[in-house]
Amino acid sequence: MELTPEEQRKRSQRNYAIAGVLLALVVLIFVVTIAKIGGNIASRPM
Amino acid sequence: MTVVATNDDTPRASLAGPADYIALLKPRVMSLVVFTALATIIVAPGSMNPVFAFTALLCIAIGAGAAGALNQWYDADIDAIMTRTRTRPVPSGRVTRQEALEFGGVLAFGSVLCMGVLVGYLAAALLALTIGFYLFVYTMWLKRLTVQNIVIGGAAGALPPVIAWAAATGSVAAPLPWLLFLIIFLWTPPHFWALALAGSEDYARANVPMLPVVKGARATRNHILVYSLIVAPVALAPYALGLTGPIYGAVAALGAAAFVVLAAMLWRASAQAERGAALRLFAYSIFYLFAIFTALAVERLLGFAPGA
Repeated sequence: MELTPEEQRKRSQRNYAIAGVLLALVVLIFVVTIAKIGGNIASRPM
Repeated sequence: MTVVATNDDTPRASLAGPADYIALLKPRVMSLVVFTALATIIVAPGSMNPVFAFTALLCIAIGAGAAGALNQWYDADIDAIMTRTRTRPVPSGRVTRQEALEFGGVLAFGSVLCMGVLVGYLAAALLALTIGFYLFVYTMWLKRLTVQNIVIGGAAGALPPVIAWAAATGSVAAPLPWLLFLIIFLWTPPHFWALALAGSEDYARANVPMLPVVKGARATRNHILVYSLIVAPVALAPYALGLTGPIYGAVAALGAAAFVVLAAMLWRASAQAERGAALRLFAYSIFYLFAIFTALAVERLLGFAPGA
């Protein structure tokens, strides 16, 4: 199936949107992890 | 990918853009949901870590959006008939029903999972309950069946403050979140009936048993007036019970008075003026809900709320 230029453009937009959402999810889980661990990292016994 | 083209049913690649998927989330409904949840998190006792507060709001927003997408999957036939909804992504053909179902399903599951793992399981359970209630009880069961559809279905839209309270405190054993639930629950019918009154032909063509279609405009106006008279004291209850401060009390009282006045104007309006009066009440009802939740949050931030 040949994609028309318009279909190609929309597919590319969707791909970028999905990439953005996945990236945001990674950042969210990272930040929540840090927040949950909180000060315990700094105060752990060395 | 090789697809053999045989006739006009040639599979086509999707022309849907990110904006169409955002439209599936019903962003305007989402904004009201997120706002009431945000205000509730601010007013809930204790101070919630901003990271968790943001995560909770995000999960509520995505969960509400997922419910909207699943609603558009199920109601594509109705949406295609109604003028107000026929440009939505599914009836206009940019997104297939199957895509809307998958999109909504994945987001519903994902938002509940994230809420559970990242914020708390009580909030996650309430979020799942809200999405399930909106989809199964309202969309699939009541909407096409009974004139009380939005009265009972309104519970789904009223739960976000309770979810937010659960996210912030880990419990829902407090009167304030349930009063906020009750306010939104009682606010929903007059809000929706005003809209339905302005577009009742639309609902009639789609065979949706909204109040104006089944009982007529007169009965709808009566119902709206009665509900506005019930919402007013309930909206004042948090102040009367000492759960909120004077700023909330003043905004709720003035706002409720204006709500009753607009409902009374609609009640008395001539047939020609009905549509205008109904749309005015509809627009005002949105402002009113924003106003009382803003007052709730601002009061707490300024330190005027009891226990702040």
